[in-house]
Amino acid sequence: MLRFVLRRLLWAVPMVLIVTFLVYVALRVGTNPLASYLRVNQRASAKKIQQYIETNGLYEGFGGYLRGYFQWLQGFVTFDWPRSIKGSREVWPEFRDAMMNTLRLGLTATGIGILIGLSLGVFVALKPGGLRDTTVNTGAFVAISTPPYVSALILQLVFAVYWNRWFGSSLLPTSGVYPPGNRGFDLFLMIKHMVLPVTVVVIQIVAVYTRYMRASLLEVLNSEYMRTARSKGISERRVLVRHALRNALIPIVTVAAIDIGAILGGLIITERIFSYPGLGDFFLGAYDNGDFPQMMPWMFFFTLVVIFFNLVADVSYAVLDPRIRLGR
Amino acid sequence: MAFRRFVRHRGALVSSIILGTMILFVILAPFTARYGVNEAVFKTSIENPNQFLSPRGIAWLGTDDIGRDLYSRLIYGLRVSIFIGLAAAFFGTVLGVTIGAIAGLRGGWIDDVLMRVTDLFLAFPFLVTLLVLRSVMSSVSWLEPFVGKPTSIRFVIVLFVLFGWMGVARLMRGQVLALKEREFVEAARALGAGPVRIVVRHLLPNAIGPILVALTFAVSSAIIGEATLGFFGYGPQPGAGSTSLGKLVGGAKGALLPGYWWLVVFPCVLLVLSTLCVNFIGDGLRDATDPKLDGTR
Repeated sequence: MLRFVLRRLLWAVPMVLIVTFLVYVALRVGTNPLASYLRVNQRASAKKIQQYIETNGLYEGFGGYLRGYFQWLQGFVTFDWPRSIKGSREVWPEFRDAMMNTLRLGLTATGIGILIGLSLGVFVALKPGGLRDTTVNTGAFVAISTPPYVSALILQLVFAVYWNRWFGSSLLPTSGVYPPGNRGFDLFLMIKHMVLPVTVVVIQIVAVYTRYMRASLLEVLNSEYMRTARSKGISERRVLVRHALRNALIPIVTVAAIDIGAILGGLIITERIFSYPGLGDFFLGAYDNGDFPQMMPWMFFFTLVVIFFNLVADVSYAVLDPRIRLGR
Repeated sequence: MAFRRFVRHRGALVSSIILGTMILFVILAPFTARYGVNEAVFKTSIENPNQFLSPRGIAWLGTDDIGRDLYSRLIYGLRVSIFIGLAAAFFGTVLGVTIGAIAGLRGGWIDDVLMRVTDLFLAFPFLVTLLVLRSVMSSVSWLEPFVGKPTSIRFVIVLFVLFGWMGVARLMRGQVLALKEREFVEAARALGAGPVRIVVRHLLPNAIGPILVALTFAVSSAIIGEATLGFFGYGPQPGAGSTSLGKLVGGAKGALLPGYWWLVVFPCVLLVLSTLCVNFIGDGLRDATDPKLDGTR
């Protein structure tokens, strides 16, 4: 078991390097850092330009890309990050603040979403085929087919714009973390600003997890060991909790770990619509400017997250399901 | 048999009818649309402006910021979106089937690399992958004869094909792995059939059910994908004579705060309705082609 985990961990290291190198090349080719620097700083002196090229390692040719990548990596690891092209700001403080905002939004939404989704899934799977099943299933299907920006637009339209028309003041704010001009920390205002974005993300998560849980639990309920458990004479409640739910959750843990990308994707879109200053907004802003020094740490960080959760998925599957462990 | 099971899936049946109607409307756009795609409902004047009219007789779903009929524009927009969805899904599936078949038949390191790439692509946030791919595709100049201008419809289709083959590839690989040791494949091989013939004549027909289902879901995700790109302003600009759902949904952003609800609600509803129908049809197809679900639903 330990060896399996260690081997996967060892494999993850070259994978991170290869993937981030590919990302580096893609960004170098795709966003052309030098051209965007010249576009943003139109009156930069030749010395400034030369300095920019050197601090970012923007050398040409395949060898140049390789050299530039390692130079970038060295700077990244030693926290000597190049400054952003617009206004030459430090990248890390902004990145950190954005990360905190995203974590707050993402963790809240994921927690609420998974809780509601799993309960709904259980609730439906216990009585399949009825009206309850059809309603929830159709609802989940509608929610899956609704992109986050559509639900966001509709929510904003109702709770901000039209609420204002009907009742004189809008119920919920549609953008930011605090109203403009607010200084300092204010929990109530923060929560108020998070209601709509969290709702949008929760809708997505609930829809997905309801369907997962329903399918997984139904499969377990129809399996033979359930019949065995019942025939042993254990109470129905105990059968459900000890035998059915525990087994039904195994595939879901794996799916949850892989799904992290989809959740992050939804977050990016949601943040943009609500002008919520998180990582998604950070990336899209950087992308629009062609801000290479801002994009590269972002991509590196996300590659790490994605590879890490892929690893978690594999390992958790092996830990939770003894049948897999025997095979390796 | 499969058809009867499909019909029994009520959601799929209703969706087919709705989607069929939509496609009919879209094909017959010159007759079903009331105005041209860029035509104002009437000539604007100061005492009688034509922009931002709420729904009424001359414009069933209202007009937009320069007085064009939303209903007609929705029809033309849906036409482009459905075309992008179908084309991207079709070519993506073909590419995915090919790669999946190679991975499944060859095995070895090709298989490993391919599946790792697939994992990563599927796990990365979709909008970011699309944006990075898009910028690479638009800045490599020798690609332009193949992929077209970044604002063209062809470019978006190529983008979605490059982005959309992974799921199908993994599926096809699984099918090939499950089928390739079976007797009928062995028999074909013994009769001297090459790998291409084995895949096309023997493996593909046996795997067609799940692939068809994946194809359907690929259509809806391409439609949503186009709308997402369009919403954030990275989508196709289909020329002066055309529009797309993405552009129409993107136009909703500006209409939100002044409260022109029709410009928000109708494009959104149409987008959700069309993807929902496609998804339901996919679900019905899955039920109809999956032998495990024989009649028990």
